[in-house]
Amino acid sequence: MPKNYPARMNKKLMVLLLICSGIILFSCKKLFPPEPPGNEVLAAPMEGLTKAQLASHAAGDELFAKIYTQSEGLGPIFIQSSCEGCHVGDGKGHPFTMVTRFARLTQGTIDYMEDLGGPQVQNRALSGYVPEGVHESADFVSQRLAPLLTGLGFLAAVHDSTIINMALKMGKVNWVEPPDYFVPTADHISVAGRFVGRFGKKAKEIRIFDQVVFALKEDIGITSDFDLEDPFNHLVGNNTGDNVADPEVGKDVINNLVFYLRTLKAPERRNIDDPDVIAGEKLFADLGCINCHKPTLKTAKSDIAVLSEVEFHPFTDLLIHDMGDDLDDGFPEGSATGSEWRTPPLWGLGLAKDVQGGERYLLHDGSASTIDEVLKVHGGEAMSASAAFFSLSEEDHDKVITFLNSL
Amino acid sequence: MITAQTDTGSLTNQDAIYDRPFIINFEKARTAIGGYLEANTNYFVEDGVTEGFSMEMRRFNIFIFSPINRRINFISELEFEHGTEEIALEMALIDVRVSDGLNLRGGIILPQIGLVNANHDSPKWNFVERPLSSTHIIPTTLSEVGFGIHGKFFSDSRILSYDAYVVNGLQESIILNEEGRTFLQQGKSEEMFEEDNNGVPMMNVKFSLSNRKSTEVGVSYYGGIYNTYRIEGAKVEDPRSMHLTAIDFTTESKKIQLKGEVTYLMIDVPSNLVEIYGEQQYGGFIEVSYTLFEEKEGSILSALTPYTTIPSINLDLRVERVDFNLGTFKSTQTAIRDEINSITGGLSIRPDAANTVFRFNYTYQFIIDNLGNPAVRNAGIQMGFATYF
Ligand code: HEC
Ligand code: HEC
Repeated sequence: MPKNYPARMNKKLMVLLLICSGIILFSCKKLFPPEPPGNEVLAAPMEGLTKAQLASHAAGDELFAKIYTQSEGLGPIFIQSSCEGCHVGDGKGHPFTMVTRFARLTQGTIDYMEDLGGPQVQNRALSGYVPEGVHESADFVSQRLAPLLTGLGFLAAVHDSTIINMALKMGKVNWVEPPDYFVPTADHISVAGRFVGRFGKKAKEIRIFDQVVFALKEDIGITSDFDLEDPFNHLVGNNTGDNVADPEVGKDVINNLVFYLRTLKAPERRNIDDPDVIAGEKLFADLGCINCHKPTLKTAKSDIAVLSEVEFHPFTDLLIHDMGDDLDDGFPEGSATGSEWRTPPLWGLGLAKDVQGGERYLLHDGSASTIDEVLKVHGGEAMSASAAFFSLSEEDHDKVITFLNSL
Repeated sequence: MITAQTDTGSLTNQDAIYDRPFIINFEKARTAIGGYLEANTNYFVEDGVTEGFSMEMRRFNIFIFSPINRRINFISELEFEHGTEEIALEMALIDVRVSDGLNLRGGIILPQIGLVNANHDSPKWNFVERPLSSTHIIPTTLSEVGFGIHGKFFSDSRILSYDAYVVNGLQESIILNEEGRTFLQQGKSEEMFEEDNNGVPMMNVKFSLSNRKSTEVGVSYYGGIYNTYRIEGAKVEDPRSMHLTAIDFTTESKKIQLKGEVTYLMIDVPSNLVEIYGEQQYGGFIEVSYTLFEEKEGSILSALTPYTTIPSINLDLRVERVDFNLGTFKSTQTAIRDEINSITGGLSIRPDAANTVFRFNYTYQFIIDNLGNPAVRNAGIQMGFATYF
């Protein structure tokens, strides 16, 4: 009898299967990995974005993760083939993606050696091409790990005047010359043609935009509307080799990346009710750490509603500070000297090792792996805070560490 | 109406489209057409985030086979992936039989590397997905223009088979590709079917030994120079080569079927790129199917599927791992991770023995980045079927 109804019988089997799997699918949420708590991940859009803003964020996210190939313009010399390659999970870098800059003094003035491969080494190359090293005539070499990028929109939305005012007490504004294409807005404050720098380890860049243009070219070898030349390779004597028409990306790509970075959430804290964390935070203030690592800043008016006139907690003042001899690499940027560094935001510090491969690589060049190692080299303007830190009782010392890990 | 005819004297140029052996010899009906169809559903969740449920029309492949004469066979496979998104001529070859021990083969061939590449028909497998080692290390399905020989030698208790081919081979984009890691799959290109990128063919060799029942062990190699080291005759860089090896096995008892493969790649990468594009990678999988239920003709289950030979229900388990970079970071002397570990459990129903399979899979994967940060966890449920026709 069944011989007449093969199709129907097979369908029964299918239906059975469908029902079984349906049950499993909808009853057992446990089968699937849960979302890690928000305060344990760095990379995520901020709360409160509109749908259209989320869509732009997602488009930028894709560009941030995009791996460039030779046919898309990678190189010919480069350090990594994507932004994410250095800023893993929007986080801090790993020593294997270390960026090296170099310069020399020519008749008393700084020379970034652009015709000799400067200002930045591209240590990898397309096959058949030659990578660079530091030129032997360089006087100064500056090594840097990628910084954390989360919460960047808040830092970008701080008004120039706020930064300038903070410098009245301690630290310095890095007044920098803008790139050729820079068009100031009403919010920019300038002195003698120089503007307030705030991005980069020495606050060399005025806007996220400028940092992105620089990163595309000097880190990935991607030319844009704002910089049409591939990195110059003095070992070959040219700045072509990827044989892709320039610009390799347009303004839209840069704008998308900027929007993405502006709308990354600020790192969220953990264990804020822990008494040790609370005590540690107080000690952090008492020690004078907050003279530079400012707990709270406020943004100016912003075109993104959630960024407009809000307080946030980055633990930086966006100013440059003289940090003493141990951190002096001799390499000036803008008005920052070799020993001057921008106070890095400390938010996200507790999660750093989850994006640095289980270790912590702290300071501009990743040379410290513990807070103690960091503070051993806090000299210059930070000397007294550092000394106070090392005179803490062991218990209090640990509280400061516990607090820093909660960031 | 055109009828098959043996008298071609009256045909003009206009009739050329019908003046073809498969029509002229119509009465012999020698060309056979077959194929397989494969579709499935996907529901995956990665660290709590899901794109939801979707359906995938994975493959519709058509085989055409023609025994041209007693010694010459033609076979081809035309693949339609995801509807007509990707259409590929995966195989189109002739085999010329000299003896059991010696056959000549040429055309678009499937190199014999690992377990899956030349044996990739979906209905043969109890899982929706192909093993990771066969897709992420061995670039299945790899089809190549090439030629070579193959054959079998028999003894009372064993069969030794061999394959040896020269092929154009994979190309430069094995590195510096959009994966950002050494990835053989990226070394494929349309151009492979037209000319070699460096004028030096790659080699493929496989030896297998079988016990004449159901146990078979194979050792295979695929490799050669992959970069375009000369342009217009001028040598612009040193030739760089890749060597892919694999060991695979299958064995079967009454209720248990076991399959596995280990594959290892060694590749010359410019020294400035090795931390990103690994010089060594490996992968492997092991798969067990336990037959829960197997029916003889006339039984209840076979009544459900009347054309059946032996319907069966199997419990399936696959454990697998790929490591894309076995190197270490120079700066920290720590291991470069970049790996995927995965486990899949499933149920497969074969209402018609080898021809048709319904599959239900649950997969859990740990994806670890090159730095070794906490793993991204990805899990999913897939349901699907595959059938020959
Ligand atoms: C080779 C590694 C590397 C790559 C690739 C890279 N970056 Fe960076 N990034 C760095 C380093 C190092 C710095 C610090 C620069 C400085 O000190 O001037 C930095 C700084 C930044 C900053 C400033 C952050 C701050 O708080 O000051 C932004 C924004 C940024 N990168 C965005 C990007 C984008 C977008 C891309 C991709 C187009 C990218 N980066 C690619 C290494 C990298
Ligand atoms: C004078 C300003 C100043 C003071 C005071 C100061 N810091 Fe810093 N801090 C900096 C600067 C600038 C850096 C970056 C130095 C570098 O990268 O080389 C830094 C870096 C750090 C870092 C490493 C951050 C990272 O992501 O790598 C930590 C942690 C830190 N400081 C903690 C403290 C603590 C704790 C105190 C108080 C005991 C303190 N700082 C006091 C300016 C200061």
